[in-house]
Amino acid sequence: MINLEAPKKAGPLINQAYQAAAQVFRPISRKYDRAEHTYPTELDMFAALLDGLNSSGEGGAGAAGVRRNEKDGEKKGNRNGANLNVVLGTIEMCWGDVGLLLSMPRQGLGNAAIGSVATDEQLKRFSGLWAAMAITEPSCGSDSAAITATAKLDGDEYVLNGEKIFVTSGERADAVVVWATLDKNKGRAAIKSFVVEKGTPGFEVVRVEHKLGIRASDTAVLRFENCRVPAGNLLGTPEIDTKKGFAGVMQTFDNTRPLVAAMAVGLARAALEETQRILAGAGVTIDYDKPANSQHAAAATFLQLEADYESAYLLTLESAWMADNRKPNSLQASMAKAKAGRSVVDITLKCVELAGTVGYTEESLLEKWARDAKILDIFEGTQQIQQLIVARRILGKTSSELK
Amino acid sequence: MRAGSRLRGEATVAAPRKRDAMGFGLGALTRLAGSKTIERAGLRKPVQNLVTAGTRSGFRAAGAAGRTFKSVRKLGKPARLAPAEDTGMFDLAPSEDQQMIVETVTEFAAEQLRPAAADADAKLAAPEGLLTRSAELGITLLGIPEEAGGVGEGRSVVTNALVAEALAHGDLGLAVAVLAPSAVSTSLVLWGDAQQQADYLPAFVGDNVPAAAFALQERTPLFDPFKPATKARRTPKGYQLDGVKSLVPRAAQAELFVVSADLEGRGPALFIVESSNAGVSIEGEPAMGLRGAATGKLHLDKVQVPAGALLGGGKVEVFTEAVRLSRLGWAALAAGTAKAVLDYVVPYVNERVAFGEPVSHRQAVAFSIADMAIELEGLRLVMLRAASRAEQGKTYAREVALARKLATDKGMQIGNAGVQLLGGHGFVKEHPVERWYRDLRAIGVMEGAVLL
Repeated sequence: MINLEAPKKAGPLINQAYQAAAQVFRPISRKYDRAEHTYPTELDMFAALLDGLNSSGEGGAGAAGVRRNEKDGEKKGNRNGANLNVVLGTIEMCWGDVGLLLSMPRQGLGNAAIGSVATDEQLKRFSGLWAAMAITEPSCGSDSAAITATAKLDGDEYVLNGEKIFVTSGERADAVVVWATLDKNKGRAAIKSFVVEKGTPGFEVVRVEHKLGIRASDTAVLRFENCRVPAGNLLGTPEIDTKKGFAGVMQTFDNTRPLVAAMAVGLARAALEETQRILAGAGVTIDYDKPANSQHAAAATFLQLEADYESAYLLTLESAWMADNRKPNSLQASMAKAKAGRSVVDITLKCVELAGTVGYTEESLLEKWARDAKILDIFEGTQQIQQLIVARRILGKTSSELK
Repeated sequence: MRAGSRLRGEATVAAPRKRDAMGFGLGALTRLAGSKTIERAGLRKPVQNLVTAGTRSGFRAAGAAGRTFKSVRKLGKPARLAPAEDTGMFDLAPSEDQQMIVETVTEFAAEQLRPAAADADAKLAAPEGLLTRSAELGITLLGIPEEAGGVGEGRSVVTNALVAEALAHGDLGLAVAVLAPSAVSTSLVLWGDAQQQADYLPAFVGDNVPAAAFALQERTPLFDPFKPATKARRTPKGYQLDGVKSLVPRAAQAELFVVSADLEGRGPALFIVESSNAGVSIEGEPAMGLRGAATGKLHLDKVQVPAGALLGGGKVEVFTEAVRLSRLGWAALAAGTAKAVLDYVVPYVNERVAFGEPVSHRQAVAFSIADMAIELEGLRLVMLRAASRAEQGKTYAREVALARKLATDKGMQIGNAGVQLLGGHGFVKEHPVERWYRDLRAIGVMEGAVLL
């Protein structure tokens, strides 16, 4: 039966995540925006709590990976599972603070990658590890097939060489999932991901970036110089299957894009709620029945923003629900990411404008949110990359036809 | 409103403009068209067209010669549809029944509505027999409880939304024409008392479903349905209605209306009006789009209706729900027509070659397609959420408002992009996209007419 409400059984999880966001993240939100590069020690204890939540098996409040268990396919009927839970939890946490969620130990996107493509043996071996994700290079961003970092098999080890930038939690994480090519001549099919643990000789954190937003989260530049990792640290299969091509590593995105969309949705909700409160204080209330054009211009604008928010929210739930029900969801994941990414930027910037000085100064968090929002339309695939993916699907075009 | 006096000394978006040399030339040409010289100048045809348009909108006649609505049997209490149960699960998959209904209606829309749409648009009327065939589909029956002769087993707002969407994929104007009677029957099911249901519902479950219209719209800038200018005054026998309703679907054929009117300054209320009532007259009101719905003005001039004509006891909650369920209907229609645009434009941009390759290989074109698809999917989900909440008896004011906002903005954006992507071909009537562009502008303007 068609029903677009959050599943009832996710209620306690949503509430827990909300409580954490309100009681743990919000009170230290401004503190770590100002103290960039300082590790939020408050998170350690909370992270342990999250581990407990996630080990419940139904996923939880962080960026836990999502596995497609074969056995799940046998179960008939509508499923509301880990994917929806993770997305719903993420929305609540990012209502609290996006930067702090990204700083959560063991909740990194690298963990999502491990969770999505690792073998069962690898999953066991890397459990409890906090993993960051390293894809982007100084001369390649969106075009991740063009990466130049190399991995050469030498005995039972891979030797990694290259430089990675924009690595979220690259300094604090225990390990990094690094994308590198086994053979530059074999194109995207040769790109594999490798788990490199901190302290491995030849792995160096060059520096951390100063950023527009999400300052609580460290963003690092990493260098690999003849860095040797066990062959078993290659995630998935080492074979270069040109038919499957990029599928292995790209599969990660089907699971991480709904998460980033969820981050955007949570942040957008925070900004809308705060703005609604500020507007109410100024005597402007939102009426859902009265025609928008007959209301205060600020109320009409608010309705438009809220409509975009709602669209992004439901697209995000749709992409997670499809994953829960073992339906291919890359189209919906990209739709959600595109809509949520552009909407959160639009919404938070407009909210600053509507709130005026209160929104623009450090008095409220609105200005911070407007800065934090921008990354959500960039990482895990920019707006334009999502549009490309959606367009190729809708038009039935390959990446060589529609470049 | 006189433009000259309005512009003087008032702040407007654009600076006041004066008539220039070109304007004078055009004015002279217009006067020429009115003279006998048009014969010699070969200007006869355009003038004829003007005359035709004049007759269309100037046509005013009494309401359709209606049947006598006879009470067949009266139930002890009004028949209502129970709200759907809440499963507590997020689910986007339609039920088997819904799937079957949607498939049937989709086929009907493709075979009956789409091919007839251009002609209906030009002639301002649905083709002969189409509405009878659509009545045979049983769309109206879905919303009428079994004990009142229908097939409805429960409130089915989601199914209604899917039906509206599927019909609008065929054609928006004709979809409105098809759905207009069910707006009236649904209002009777939701708010009619036992007598009203006994009087009017039998006609809607019979072989000859009457044309009927749910009329909220009025000819007012910034129209607010909660503040109708149409007045209802208490009389010793019932009420007297005075006012004009605008863009009423199938107005000239409708035998039964539900209209909104302000009840003695206390707010809006709904009244049942039969077309045979003295003082009811209809005037053609062709518009930019929705032309297949044969829209017209409904004039109510000292119309006397009995006390039993007041629907839903004049309660404000009833009226509010009527407005919301109608807006929901328009959002569903927008989703259907927006999908029609996307489905039409995708093969076009794939086949159209420019600079040696399909135009869809260009990002400017491809991204426009992507945005159409993204906004359509979002609009659809928001609309469905509102529908499912309404169906389950949950609050849905917020969700409907957001669905309406998206339907208005994104629906039009999609219609606009559709014409743009076809370029000149989008502007000519050889393709249906220009009609969808005109039809989609109705979303956000229209209140009433449909009701889920």
